[in-house]
Amino acid sequence: MTTIAATHDGGDHASHHEETFVSKYIFPTDHKRIAMQYLMTGLVMFAVGGFMAYVFRMQLAYPGASVPLFGEVDAATYNALITNHATIMIFWVAMPMLIAAFGNYLIPLMIGADDMVFPRLNRLSYQIFFISTIILMVAWLVPGGAFGGSWTSYPPLSSRGEFNGTPIGAPMWVLAVALEIVAFLLGGINFMATTMNSRAPGMKMMDIPIVVWFINIAVLLFMFSVGPLVAGAVLLLLDQTVGTSFYVPTGGGDPVIFQHLFWFFGHPEVYVILIPELGIVAEIITTFARKKIFGYRIIIWTMIVTGILSLVVWAHHQFIAGIDPRMAVIFSITTIMISIPLALIYMLLIATLYGGSIEFKVPMLWAMGMMTEFLVGGLTGIYLGSSAIDIYMHDNTFVMAHFHYTLMPVVFFGGWAGITFWFPKFFGRMLNETLGKIHFWGSTISFNFIFIPLFFLGMSGQQRKIFDYSAFPDINTAAHQDLRVFATTAFLVFIAFQFVFVFNFFKSMMSGPVAGNNPWNSNTLDWQCPSPPPHGNFAELPTVYRGPYEYSVPGRESDFWPQNEPA
Amino acid sequence: MAFQAPVATDRCNTGISTGKLAIWILLASEIVIFGGLVAVYLLLRLHEGAAWGAEAAHTNVVAGAINTFILLTSSFFIVLAHQAAEQDDRKKAVKFMYLTLLCALGFLVVKAYEYTYEISHGYTWFRSNFWGFYYTATFIHASHVIAGGIAIFIAAQGVKVGYHMNRVEVCGIYWHFVDLVWIFLFPLLYIAK
Amino acid sequence: MSEAHAGKHTNYLKIYIILMVLLVISILGPELGMPIVTLVSAFGIALVKALMVAAWFMHLNVEKKYIWFLIISSLLFIVAMWVGMAPDIMLWEGQNWRHCTPGTCVELTVPESRGLFGL
Repeated sequence: MTTIAATHDGGDHASHHEETFVSKYIFPTDHKRIAMQYLMTGLVMFAVGGFMAYVFRMQLAYPGASVPLFGEVDAATYNALITNHATIMIFWVAMPMLIAAFGNYLIPLMIGADDMVFPRLNRLSYQIFFISTIILMVAWLVPGGAFGGSWTSYPPLSSRGEFNGTPIGAPMWVLAVALEIVAFLLGGINFMATTMNSRAPGMKMMDIPIVVWFINIAVLLFMFSVGPLVAGAVLLLLDQTVGTSFYVPTGGGDPVIFQHLFWFFGHPEVYVILIPELGIVAEIITTFARKKIFGYRIIIWTMIVTGILSLVVWAHHQFIAGIDPRMAVIFSITTIMISIPLALIYMLLIATLYGGSIEFKVPMLWAMGMMTEFLVGGLTGIYLGSSAIDIYMHDNTFVMAHFHYTLMPVVFFGGWAGITFWFPKFFGRMLNETLGKIHFWGSTISFNFIFIPLFFLGMSGQQRKIFDYSAFPDINTAAHQDLRVFATTAFLVFIAFQFVFVFNFFKSMMSGPVAGNNPWNSNTLDWQCPSPPPHGNFAELPTVYRGPYEYSVPGRESDFWPQNEPA
Repeated sequence: MAFQAPVATDRCNTGISTGKLAIWILLASEIVIFGGLVAVYLLLRLHEGAAWGAEAAHTNVVAGAINTFILLTSSFFIVLAHQAAEQDDRKKAVKFMYLTLLCALGFLVVKAYEYTYEISHGYTWFRSNFWGFYYTATFIHASHVIAGGIAIFIAAQGVKVGYHMNRVEVCGIYWHFVDLVWIFLFPLLYIAK
Repeated sequence: MSEAHAGKHTNYLKIYIILMVLLVISILGPELGMPIVTLVSAFGIALVKALMVAAWFMHLNVEKKYIWFLIISSLLFIVAMWVGMAPDIMLWEGQNWRHCTPGTCVELTVPESRGLFGL
């Protein structure tokens, strides 16, 4: 174990480093270990959510047939599957992986600190998150089964057990989501306080790497948007358990209130997921193009503006809920406007690539793949932002393809960009490039073939959340069914390629080539310490002399210039 | 195995101590939580007007006023504790912190009396949406009072031996927030008839 | 700490007494029964008391300005949310439809259409 050069608080170092199984895995305080716990939980839940998608896509392709490894799917089970698939992917995969795992791991390393400012609070937030995961999964075993009212849990369906058929599963679902939100609020406090106060000497605000900036912006956005939903969720829980009627019309309540509270959070939430991931992409692009980011300050301000705008677009999810059409006009305008700052960010990232000496290692492939695929999602979002089109498209698979073209590039492509980029730092070994490329291309091509058919199915009128289309002959023709089978087959191919990654992951972790401190020749402080970093991160806490993007500086022999290297 | 705070905890780039920074960030998120609840209450109240007014007539203004007085006094005590802590007067700081706790207990006693009276007269949680909000808002507020009280108690044990004196200010800021929420709940739930 | 300087000069007792006086006014005002008086005395004073506690007791008057921004921003977003929700929750009569509780809709007359924004 390395010692920490700067002394603090005196104390007994010897007892500090003695670790048992319990102290190492149940009660860790080291930010790296907590980050790995979040990452592993996220990856396991990704498999769980993916399995649920497999089951319901098999049901859609072969209605009524027994699904291998699962059994027959009835309507209630189908609803529970789609509900939990969405809930898991957003709250238990996207957020833990992109914000909690990368944030926890990278923030102290990138600002030159030895840990987060509140390590025990950090541990508590993971523990609360873990409990919420258990509650979510146990709901499948209770009488009545897991909640099936869609991840949006609109009342009055979600308010009363006699409506949703899952009187125990529904409150458990709400409780799991509420606990997960609390865990992330606590974690967010840690992130912001650490970034603001614990930077290395010499690191000004404008020397902070973009991924750290973006994670903090995302945390702030999350904090501002989730409050009303916490209030709304408490009211929903009371409706479900105590028998109040906040959202039940017969008791004087109004269901539309919940919709507003939910989407006031729900929309910024997708930006909360997007923003850190764009930070990861920015780090990868600068490293593999060997070029300074184009417009560091502008990109940060633009992202702040995007975050603020995202708080005033929410009712575009409610265009057909009977909202006031005048408000619909206003929300259409803001929704379409938000594409402007995002387009600007794209321009800045492309400008960063221009003139760079680009190397297409696997992380760069994922980053480029993300930017390309996200464009499809973003452009189809502009159509949906116009309330006139949305009235037709709402709740059909066009919308589903739109948000999978935004969420999957962000979570899957962005997540894997981050994992493949920082794997050498996490485990001290390099991932196999060839297997990585096979995984990337196989996933990308099959991913497109899953969701392009869904655009066409949606335009022809196929509604979502229906477990068997035989009751709707107009959208159950042979052509429709062919497209459904095609999408499902593509999904099976996609799943097959994930095993390539699993094999690569474990094999490289155990016997991959040793990585060394800085295999990618990157500038940021996380690459200026051993891989994996020991407890305390740096043998000697660094001092910072310049910004993080001094690549290919003219007149220097080396094409990179680490932040902590003296001038 | 003793917990060792990392070097990161001692750094202070912004000039605001880390504990204080953290508590302000926490308060920002609490404001949106309580704000969301109050906003929904306001929307329904302004719409329902007369019906809710009739129900609200049965809240106990005297009890509410006493509680407002108690909380404002407790805020005064905790800020005096902070002043004492700054002057390194440990005994005085602890004395004022315990007085704050006494006020918190008083608040909870009055609230318990109110709840008992109202429930025994049939004004239960699900009688109507006004009562739903009344109980929800005051219950969540009361749980924040309890949490704050526990924090102040734990901090006071440290202050007795001169350990982490800055915690008085941090707990104080949280306590003032709890007071602020009540300052708004009082007219909303009790006075508006 | 930098705030110690301000702490010595702030007379907390004075602030407390002002808060008590305001409390009494805010209780007596609504007794008069006039809505505008209730509004100003109950809610207006609540706002003033809140600002006083925030500025003097929580030391926001000497704290770095961006903390004020953080807090004001959270309040502004709640206001924005309220504005976005209000037409749906509070306007229960439309231009071409009427709200009626289930079971009470007997006679439905559609009023003259008045176009967008009622113009």
